[in-house]
Amino acid sequence: MSNIARAFDHGKAFIAFLTCGDPDLETTAAAVRAAVENGADLIELGIPFSDPTAEGPVIQAANLRALQGGVTTDRIFGLVEELRRDVRVPMVFMTYANVIYSYGAERFLDACVRIGIDGVILPDLPYEEKGEFLPQCQARGIDLISLIAPTSESRIAMIAREAEGFIYLVSSLGVTGTRSEITTDLTAICQAIREAASVPFAIGFGISTPEQARRMAELSDGAIVGSAIVKIMAQYGREAPGHVGAYVREMKDALRD
Amino acid sequence: MTNPRGRFGVHGGQYIPETLMNAVIELEAAYDRYREDPAFQAELTELLNEYAGRPSRLYLAEKMTRELGGAKIYLKREDLNHTGAHKINNVLGQALLAKKMGKTRLIAETGAGQHGVATATAAALMGMECVVFMGREDTERQALNVYRMRLLGAEVIPVTTGTATLKDAVSEAMREWTRRIDDTHYCLGSVMGPHPFPTIVRDFQAVISREIREQLLEKEGRLPDAVLACVGGGSNAIGSFYHFIEDRSVRLIGCEAAGRGIDTFETAATMNTGRLGIFHGMKSYFCQDEYGQIAPVYSISAGLDYPGVGPEHAWLHDIGRAEYVPVTDEEAVEAFEYLARTEGIIPAIESAHAVAYARKLAPTMGKDQIIVITLSGRGDKDCAAIARYRGEDLHE
Repeated sequence: MSNIARAFDHGKAFIAFLTCGDPDLETTAAAVRAAVENGADLIELGIPFSDPTAEGPVIQAANLRALQGGVTTDRIFGLVEELRRDVRVPMVFMTYANVIYSYGAERFLDACVRIGIDGVILPDLPYEEKGEFLPQCQARGIDLISLIAPTSESRIAMIAREAEGFIYLVSSLGVTGTRSEITTDLTAICQAIREAASVPFAIGFGISTPEQARRMAELSDGAIVGSAIVKIMAQYGREAPGHVGAYVREMKDALRD
Repeated sequence: MTNPRGRFGVHGGQYIPETLMNAVIELEAAYDRYREDPAFQAELTELLNEYAGRPSRLYLAEKMTRELGGAKIYLKREDLNHTGAHKINNVLGQALLAKKMGKTRLIAETGAGQHGVATATAAALMGMECVVFMGREDTERQALNVYRMRLLGAEVIPVTTGTATLKDAVSEAMREWTRRIDDTHYCLGSVMGPHPFPTIVRDFQAVISREIREQLLEKEGRLPDAVLACVGGGSNAIGSFYHFIEDRSVRLIGCEAAGRGIDTFETAATMNTGRLGIFHGMKSYFCQDEYGQIAPVYSISAGLDYPGVGPEHAWLHDIGRAEYVPVTDEEAVEAFEYLARTEGIIPAIESAHAVAYARKLAPTMGKDQIIVITLSGRGDKDCAAIARYRGEDLHE
């Protein structure tokens, strides 16, 4: 059983995304702890990439700020190592294929095992290309998280059957970013995932309000929030962790109702 | 030359968000259907000939040949195509394909603006909506092309993210495609991106080498000894090389933009300074730092200012079938001026990179040997920038 399953074993999961190093790694660490203390069940740590093609403006800007601040993959490994002294919830990396490829997949994943990372999410690694990293992940017990999109239709069963850890269902077309309304009818997609998958699934992209989180979690096993948290980081900088904690509490409470 | 999964050796593939997978699968299925369809091919040939002005001339550059004192030099005049560059070959093919697929809207990235102008042109011709993404910096370097696109009815969106150049325009076009797939075809301008684009664009550009072959056999009764073309993403180069790949006697030489030199950070010479990576949907060579962050590249040429190279070129490089040589800004500008003076032809600054290398290569070859240089585009768009490079400010 994957460690990630623990995030889903006590009700609907709230999954929080943060870009590492925005504004600096100390603040990232404090924000992660604030999120966990206030009910986040799983943490997605974004390793910044120069050209994040699946991200909207908010996370793009966070990536650039973090890189300009001098964050590197190695320094982020140090951050996770430090967090793992007391943070027990599952943590996964979200980044782009080239970050892992360039570092050397085996070397990168060995580090993940050593520092206590449970999985990786790569938005530019679809089902057809997962062979690029899957054997190396499986050999180390790191879950390679699958994404399903509203356009996946005929592909859902194929992807869901082989999914590990949890499935990341993308709520809407387009890139990451808050949306005032999620218009996609996800009911049929959620049904198809349920039928094929043996792992839980959570919905992300566009979720920012407690009401949206509640609706998405009703359809699935949890809600993933990225841009809304990254916006708080951008707004408050080093003072952000307290605000992130308050926001996570409000969102998690909405999932408990 | 491509295996079914779009691989060229280890290069290529489909490293894209799940949201786009069905779009590229649908595109591949449509292309597989129409590539062998005689009616489609006849319609495309008609457009290429009657609208774009093909076949383009293979011109013997006698003065240049005499001055350099070595190999005989022919220029493949893609600059004489409608819209002034080779880009129209690919665009007419893709626009026709998109139309058959029921798409009503074309989006495109552009660097120098040539591909954007070609896409806007095809969209106007075929009654399609058109949106072009162009790095803010390039909209300034290539203001005339921005005006041309707007005149043709396209919307030009300046991209301000990242380095605000070609790679960011590609990223933004990919993002736009994930937002709107149903009615939109992404008309990618080079032999890059996820499968099937490198194959589709190569096939539509292969008309260049097919014609060179026929024209040279007619004029000289033999194949060339070397074919030279500039390489950014590599579409005019692969088009110029393709029908010679099996002919081992023909040297295939891609000329990369070295910018201020391959020993500086201000370069865009991917083969000479990059390493293997995964970006913009493909595995290939990329300029990047030790952590895989894509490097901000530089070249005087907006069309070659890209940190990667098409996967088929990466493979031709790996197997030693093609050579990739760096050419600096200064060498390219000198070649730009040289060709204008010597042959009365103003080449695009991109194409001038190939002319620059020919100036070095020709004198080392025998008078019985033949070089073909592909002039991928014409240089009107570059005059203001080159004048500026030479310290002269033009007010257009």
